[in-house]
Amino acid sequence: MPTYNLSVNGKNFPVEAEANTPLLWVLRDVVGLTGTKYGCGIAQCGACTVHFNGSPVRSCSVAVSAASRAKITTVEGLSPDNSHPVQKAWIAEQVPQCGYCQSGQMMAAAALLRTNPNPADEDITVALQGNICRCGTYTRIHKAVKTAAEMMRQG
Amino acid sequence: MLQESSDNRLSRRKFMRLSGLTTAAITVGYYFKAFGNDTVAEFLTGEGAEAMGIELTAWIAVDQNGKVILYNHRSEMGQGSFQSVPQILAEELEVNLDDVRVEFAKGYQGRYGSQITGGSSTIRGAYKQLLQSGATAREMLIEAAAATWGVPKTACYASNGQVFHKPDGKKLAYGDLVEKASKLTPPKDVPLKARKDYKLIGQSLPRIDNPPKLNGTAIFGLDKTVPGMLIAMVERNPRFMGKVKSFDAKAALAVPGVKEVFKVSMPVFAFTRQGVAVVATNTFACMQARKVLKVEWDDSGFEHLDTEGLFKKMETDLGKTGNTVKEKGGFEPLWEQGSQKLEAIYRTPYEAHSCMEPLNCVAHFQGDKIQVWGPIQAPDWVQSDLAKRYKLKPEVVEVNMTFLGGGFGRKAFVDYTTEAVEISKQIKAPVKVVWSREDDMAQGPFRPGALYHCRAVLKNGKIEGLRARMAAQNMDLQNSPKFKPDAPNASMMEGLCENYLENIAHYRFSDVPTESPVPVMWWRSVYSSTNTFAFESFMDELALAAGKDPLAFRLEHITDKRVVAMLKKLAEISGWDTRKKGSGMGLAMAECFGSYTGQVVQLQKDESGVPRIKKVFAVIDCGWYVNPDIVRQQVEGSIQMGYGAAVVHETHFSDGKAVEQNFDTYQMPRMGDIPEIIVHIMENDEAAGGAGEPALPPFAPALCNAFFDITGKRIRQLPFLPEAV
Repeated sequence: MPTYNLSVNGKNFPVEAEANTPLLWVLRDVVGLTGTKYGCGIAQCGACTVHFNGSPVRSCSVAVSAASRAKITTVEGLSPDNSHPVQKAWIAEQVPQCGYCQSGQMMAAAALLRTNPNPADEDITVALQGNICRCGTYTRIHKAVKTAAEMMRQG
Repeated sequence: MLQESSDNRLSRRKFMRLSGLTTAAITVGYYFKAFGNDTVAEFLTGEGAEAMGIELTAWIAVDQNGKVILYNHRSEMGQGSFQSVPQILAEELEVNLDDVRVEFAKGYQGRYGSQITGGSSTIRGAYKQLLQSGATAREMLIEAAAATWGVPKTACYASNGQVFHKPDGKKLAYGDLVEKASKLTPPKDVPLKARKDYKLIGQSLPRIDNPPKLNGTAIFGLDKTVPGMLIAMVERNPRFMGKVKSFDAKAALAVPGVKEVFKVSMPVFAFTRQGVAVVATNTFACMQARKVLKVEWDDSGFEHLDTEGLFKKMETDLGKTGNTVKEKGGFEPLWEQGSQKLEAIYRTPYEAHSCMEPLNCVAHFQGDKIQVWGPIQAPDWVQSDLAKRYKLKPEVVEVNMTFLGGGFGRKAFVDYTTEAVEISKQIKAPVKVVWSREDDMAQGPFRPGALYHCRAVLKNGKIEGLRARMAAQNMDLQNSPKFKPDAPNASMMEGLCENYLENIAHYRFSDVPTESPVPVMWWRSVYSSTNTFAFESFMDELALAAGKDPLAFRLEHITDKRVVAMLKKLAEISGWDTRKKGSGMGLAMAECFGSYTGQVVQLQKDESGVPRIKKVFAVIDCGWYVNPDIVRQQVEGSIQMGYGAAVVHETHFSDGKAVEQNFDTYQMPRMGDIPEIIVHIMENDEAAGGAGEPALPPFAPALCNAFFDITGKRIRQLPFLPEAV
């Protein structure tokens, strides 16, 4: 089996995996970072969203061979102590119910805010339209993205 | 005395060790004097229970460091039990929630009573015992302090983890009192606080389970690992009662990481489904091996239906008299003679639960002992099912709940847990069985689709007689291998506000169970989720026929003050009375799991003239409640899930198989679909009702009633696309 050097949350992980293994399963089964969730396997639900050189991607649809030279950030890389503005905003608005989709939602939100620090309502909806929540937390997610933007502006 | 043993009975010593408590601690819990009767509970300390050889429900433990551990007996699947259960206990125990650690209790019906997280029952089913447990422990700590000081108990009070002596303000921390308190006999019938004295209950405190859900540390079933664990996936027969004829594992076994391939059976109620298990060192290897696994299926002995075939059967069934569920007066003669009559047929679809976390289960079969971990809604059912199946005592079947990535009824069923144990038994190692999204979505059980035939006779603008008949699968009938069409389905009236019936002279509710191989199961709010669409759409049609305002018409048939107050509040927050007719507002209500809910949906036409939802106004009367923000979350979530089933998704069948297998075809509501939702919670002194489900049923009829108001077109079949009408 080939070996790849993954850079995840600023650390290097040499991993052994078949070249076509999705990054999602390498993160979960090999690296042991289980915050990134499996939801559909076909890039329809967004539960597995991670940052790939800063851009949001569905890790279920990125082969490990393509990820080996990229900087990968997972939800664990936002911050371990919930100090990232997105995490803080998610607590302020009491977003999660079951919580399963929220790492993907937050990664999509964090990526949006990096390129668009002052998103309009429509920008938020477009950026998060690919992330499904079955519990029905959409209205709170929307509000939390605005709250996070506000927190980031205030530093 | 109970001996500490290898089994999972919770002796006091074992409890202390597991909980990491200091050796002296007060543990207070209760046990049910009569098994199966959850209402008569006796409160005991850990010592008292051991002396009597009783297994105690260890709800609360306070140790010498003042550390408090509260055991949550229910699943946390998003509904907030992890916050609301401790919030209740801490209220009467008089501790700060920050000093409390919450842990999942294991599945054990003998100890915790029913643990099924279903029927919106977590709070309404146990809040009185939870309050009493906290109050009992607090009184013992006060008694210990009073004895230490040599003062009367009545001169002392507890607050914030300490006992105070009123006259001189001296105080002792709980930690310093636990040793003495643990030797006391728990007092009986400790009076509970009045609602006005609550410090925690009634507050929107932030959820304790949120922080770990935001940094990747919360452990869901799919995240669980145990030493030596392998991964398995199962290629199951895509037809619901299908078997395996033969299989060729050669190519699958050649996939790197694959260890074993073998046939496995899974119980689905009284039936069996077979498949071929692929066991490997990692999840992706299982997925790859399934692609090259060759299986020949045996699909004999049951019907291979498609959706229209299923509904045709229901249509035929709808013509039968059916099983009477509830009846008063004589509807049929009235129908023959009545001058103003109305009838309508409503149709609701089959649906998949589609929890964001697909099914999974970690199991370790060890011959004389079984361990299970997973996203489990009914740990006590899993325990008793496995004990019976493998002829073991329940004490040696350990069922551990992880966080659930959604449940909605699906994870209250024991098929996936049993299959995981069966696979572990075969490979003689711990295993995590992972269901792909396709497995999860296409294999059921599903919410049953239904047809309703409603008839009513109006006289002087009021309902004189009402008849409703449902044709749908009856979930209960799946538990017997022989179909019993004569058993009435009492759930066909779920969701209907019962107070209507006190004000209608003649009625008959009946059902005709449809025979089908499709496995069906509770789906958030169960039959209410479909019944209410029929009942409350028909109520709107009747109001129109009577020439009355839909709300005024309902109020003419509602006399219960509680329901009247709920409806009036709904009118107030939605501006119902001042709306313009045809402006796109629709109303519906439900009674569901001990709560009353009402909703007004407000529509507005977009640039192309298609009505879109602008706002939803929701009122819930769930009586006594704990955390208003969690109640609001549940109302918001129920509306969004109700929206999905009304507008967005439906499971179809073709040739005996589910058509929609993933989110590309089984679409979900997305952020852009969801409007502003305004929630109002009624304040009263009624007993606690459910909060997790009751707000789902009124949404679809309120939406369709609003759609009629703005377009003049009546929707009688779900799901419907506003732009396609």
